[in-house]
Amino acid sequence: MLNIMSIKKAKAANAGAPPTSKTSAAQIRLQKDLADMDHLPSTMALAFPDPNDVFHFRLTITPDEGFYRGGRFHFTFTVPTSYPHEPPRVLCTQTIYHPNIDLEGKVCLNILREDWKPVLNINSILVGLQYLFLEPNADDPLNKEAAAILQSSRATFDANVRKAMRGGAFGGVTYDNVMVHP
Amino acid sequence: MDADNDADRDADSGDDDDDDDSDSDSDAEARWSDLWRAVGTSGPLAAPGFDPAAAVAQLRATRVLVIGAGGLGCELLKDLALSGFRRLDVVDMDTIDISNLNRQFLFRAADVGAPKATTAARWVARRVRGCRITPHVARIQALPDAFYAQFGLIVCGLDSVEARRWISFLVLRLYAEQDLMIPLIDGGTEGLKGQSRVILPHLTACYECSLDMQTKAVTYPICTIANTPRLPEHCVEWASVMAWPKAFPGTPLDADDPTHLAWLYDAAAARARDHHIRGVTYKLTQGVVKHIIPAIASTNAAVAASCVNEALKIVTAAYRYLNNYMLYAGDRGVYTYTFALARTPACPACGSARLEMAVHPDRSLAAFLADLADAPSIQLARPSVRTATASLYMHAPPALEAATRANLARPLRDLVASGDTLTVTDASLPISLQIRLCLDPTQDPPEASAEPEARG
Repeated sequence: MLNIMSIKKAKAANAGAPPTSKTSAAQIRLQKDLADMDHLPSTMALAFPDPNDVFHFRLTITPDEGFYRGGRFHFTFTVPTSYPHEPPRVLCTQTIYHPNIDLEGKVCLNILREDWKPVLNINSILVGLQYLFLEPNADDPLNKEAAAILQSSRATFDANVRKAMRGGAFGGVTYDNVMVHP
Repeated sequence: MDADNDADRDADSGDDDDDDDSDSDSDAEARWSDLWRAVGTSGPLAAPGFDPAAAVAQLRATRVLVIGAGGLGCELLKDLALSGFRRLDVVDMDTIDISNLNRQFLFRAADVGAPKATTAARWVARRVRGCRITPHVARIQALPDAFYAQFGLIVCGLDSVEARRWISFLVLRLYAEQDLMIPLIDGGTEGLKGQSRVILPHLTACYECSLDMQTKAVTYPICTIANTPRLPEHCVEWASVMAWPKAFPGTPLDADDPTHLAWLYDAAAARARDHHIRGVTYKLTQGVVKHIIPAIASTNAAVAASCVNEALKIVTAAYRYLNNYMLYAGDRGVYTYTFALARTPACPACGSARLEMAVHPDRSLAAFLADLADAPSIQLARPSVRTATASLYMHAPPALEAATRANLARPLRDLVASGDTLTVTDASLPISLQIRLCLDPTQDPPEASAEPEARG
């Protein structure tokens, strides 16, 4: 047998000592991501239904400018055990009127799918989601009707957003009331 | 293990249904003569420590674990057995499917539904005299560390990133906890491309070191799927990602259920008609939903041959082993490229330092964290600490900080068991730190400071 143990001992002097953990790599990385997030802007808050389970958490965004100011939007995050090789799954739990979020809560954000890279982290997703509320993107629509209106008339779009955020119904859809002060 | 014992066992087994193996012992030995010459003669390429006299005995005595008995696994078992290895174990949780038969050559139509590990072991043991293969029908994660610790070498023919990460972690753990150096040879194939690599825990790059080299599964922008499909794949993705959850809320899609696939196919075909897209077939639907890449027998054969060649070299030391990554690109002629993949210094699996600390069980978490902050060998500004299953204290985000703050005043014995490993992260540290905590009543009383000590 190749004398690997002797090679190992020769190198042990300058090599670092090994870890001895049953903690998964996904968990270590996620802990690092979360523990670095101490400067969340006031418009975003995370909540952990079970503080011991960092793989499932919620995000609340309360935009303070743009079309969606005054609303409060809830998302669930499910982090896979393959993280950061694969991105978390993010869903909006409310029925909202948004060009990039459909009525089932699916989110069209490039870094959640085709542009995800392991160097990105939870904070990158938060920044991306926040940006969707400040600058809804009509070029990559998931809710086509909303996107068409945003493109043709920002005033009509703004009125629709206001109506939807108060729990209004139009176009055959009843939206959830998402106002901070209903 | 010596030749006499093997001859005895062959006689006992009464296994005389193979034409090519029913010859006399001397003919059976002749089968290996070229191999014995190769591993029994020294030369300029021999590795340090090579002992020509011991090589054959080492080959026969070393216990090798093969993980996976699928396309690569069948090749690996056959190659190992024909390379003189005699003590093999094979782990696979799967049963044989009819679609496996074109390349998984140890299986026949009558074996469909039977466990792969058992069937593969039986076939190879029948064809190669003196080779004993023990099958294990199990998930790799279900087997204890003590099982893996028995082997001198692990060879993997796996099809998932997750299983590879798990095994790579395992050999690192066996090194750390039991001082075992078990070389890991990992083969992988994808269509006409493949690779083989040698992982020596803490000496060469581990699987986690190279995680960023993974080619991603093809994904399509969800907006394209929803609104502007152009490819038949977009239609299938629409059916599985958008139409299915809408039609069957709460029912997860099971890609192995033919009724589910049939529904998806119909939905995808209808969408393709609406958008004048051609090419949606049942097979394509299956391929997209299950992320199937065609498996090619010759790729498996080439990669398995490389892996077993490395196994032979590592076990006998007759030649220098692969350092440490061989890439095979069969889609561009027959092209291979070998390079030494570097270790990642900040690798979460093999790059961080391990510390051992002994602390009085009554010491509070807050006092312990203060020790971490003060210790010259650690110097953490604001440590966040978790065990494998619980958040002890998280500095951020604010919700976790609030939820774990009450733990600060609690004694460590309420929070952890002696021997638990803590994962410590800190904004001042690019990597994470693993600390094995020993609760020891003979340590300094709670008020005094415990001095952590780095162990090499």
